[in-house]
Amino acid sequence: MNILVCVKRVRASGGTPQLSADGGGVDTRNLAFTVGPHEECAVEEAIRIAGDAGGRVTVLTAGPPEADEQLRYAISMGADHGVLVDTGDTELDPQATAAALADAIRTLEADGATFDLIMFGNESPDAGHYQVGIRVACALSRAMVGGVKGIDIDQADGRARFRREVPAGVEVYEAALPAAVGVKEGLNLPRYPSMRGRLRARKAEVRGIQPEVAPGTLRRIRLRHPEEAGTQTVVLGHGADAAPAVVDLLEELEVV
Amino acid sequence: MHALVMIELDGDGVSASSRETLTLAHRLAGELGEAVEAVVFGDGGRAAESGGLAVSRLHQLDHPMLATYSPELWGESLHQLIARLQPSIVLGPGSDRGLEVMAQAAARADAPLVANCTTISLDRRANGDPPTWTLTRARQGGLLLEDAAVTAPTTFASTAAGAVEAASLGSLREVPVESFTPELDGVVHTQLVDETTQDSGVTLATARIVVSGGRGVGSAEGFEPLEELAKLTGGAVGCSRVATNNGWRPHSDQVGQTGTKISPDLYIACGISGATQHWVGCMNSKAILAINTDPEAPLLTRATYGVIGDVGEVVPAIVDEIHRRTLGNRQSA
Repeated sequence: MNILVCVKRVRASGGTPQLSADGGGVDTRNLAFTVGPHEECAVEEAIRIAGDAGGRVTVLTAGPPEADEQLRYAISMGADHGVLVDTGDTELDPQATAAALADAIRTLEADGATFDLIMFGNESPDAGHYQVGIRVACALSRAMVGGVKGIDIDQADGRARFRREVPAGVEVYEAALPAAVGVKEGLNLPRYPSMRGRLRARKAEVRGIQPEVAPGTLRRIRLRHPEEAGTQTVVLGHGADAAPAVVDLLEELEVV
Repeated sequence: MHALVMIELDGDGVSASSRETLTLAHRLAGELGEAVEAVVFGDGGRAAESGGLAVSRLHQLDHPMLATYSPELWGESLHQLIARLQPSIVLGPGSDRGLEVMAQAAARADAPLVANCTTISLDRRANGDPPTWTLTRARQGGLLLEDAAVTAPTTFASTAAGAVEAASLGSLREVPVESFTPELDGVVHTQLVDETTQDSGVTLATARIVVSGGRGVGSAEGFEPLEELAKLTGGAVGCSRVATNNGWRPHSDQVGQTGTKISPDLYIACGISGATQHWVGCMNSKAILAINTDPEAPLLTRATYGVIGDVGEVVPAIVDEIHRRTLGNRQSA
């Protein structure tokens, strides 16, 4: 049961992102980086599944050379291998990202690796294109379901079951392996890397792949902040004394 | 040069997010002087009857394998219809399922998909060349906007939830329904094998009042007064990422970028400082009441109303006040 997890280097969430002077991108100086919460859960789940079923976990990223840091973090959690597809500093559009990832996976599989399951975060926390995983799965002719918060593997049968929450309740999907899946935070609680894991990650070898990057079709003009109505907060009071004013408000809304 | 709109059906007929998408499509078609057509999976009759589509044709995707949802089969079917109709733009709802089907179809067509758009307009159209569109899309859960351009024979775009107010689209005239049967043999796909519906009544996504707790609540037990306040107001309980990471609440209660995005009439945020990841989940609330000991907490400065104080004192006092007034009303009645 070999698993490939695709991750993306993103700025660690915190305050409102500052834009570069020309609006061409986010000013990333002095920022910390991480992988998104969905992807951290994907790494955790892959380590658990491979731990139970036996097998290896490979983490793959397309991004700048600095994304090496995110691969090593995943290795410190317990992943076995890291692969960096160097697409440079400029953000690619989702079609180009997916093409680079699919090519890299074909290269890895041509070199003898097999991946029974390819995992993605449902969407990246920054760009949020909601499609890279699906495009990769399509290019590799694999079934793919997104928004998943529960995975059961039936190795004997060569099938996987995926559970996701929808507004109306819960849906369960089944697919034959090899398959692909987009997961969401809530799938598990990711572990913190152990000291031993960190040492291992420092020494681990990360494979580099230089892709041919397609130009893509979506061209960024600029990023900007949405207009936010300048809110003047009405303070209803301090401590328990504020209760009557709060209940007045609830009565206005006719909910009590 | 026409627009095709993907329609999603729910219990009430055409879904709310599909109506928003239709509104955007009609606005765009008005600019272009072109027709709008729509496509529905399964029951085209029901879609047409629910009215207000105002489209020139409604395509119904028909195949026994489409009776239950499958991302790949639905996406492949949409792709085949598009290959035949060759619309210049395909618009779809920004729901999870809508995005999934659009991404599947766009991947198969090797066409661009611009997700979560707030505006779309035609930039230029040279004779014989593919059109160029300029679009604004929401990034980072809506914290940033991206202006972008795309040139392709067919562009897919999904609408950001709440970006457009669904308008009434006029006359309820008969819409011709045309059936299209895709070829689905051999398509690799997942199958929906089980569906359970929760009949919990009020859900986080639809509640008018959401009472939410974060770090300031302090423990799982600390949520009891919040539960009671939600019950008394017919609302739902939510929480911040801190609360789920500490195991105080299940992840399904989480409001935020990686949880549920909500737009209640009133959001009562108890002991939540308001990191951006949380803010993007609740910023569409009509009003926010933040209860926090720290008057400088980001959520308190952005809220409509604020109470400065400890959640453990303020929320029980609100509950008591509601009880006192209801009791008073009963006695005077």
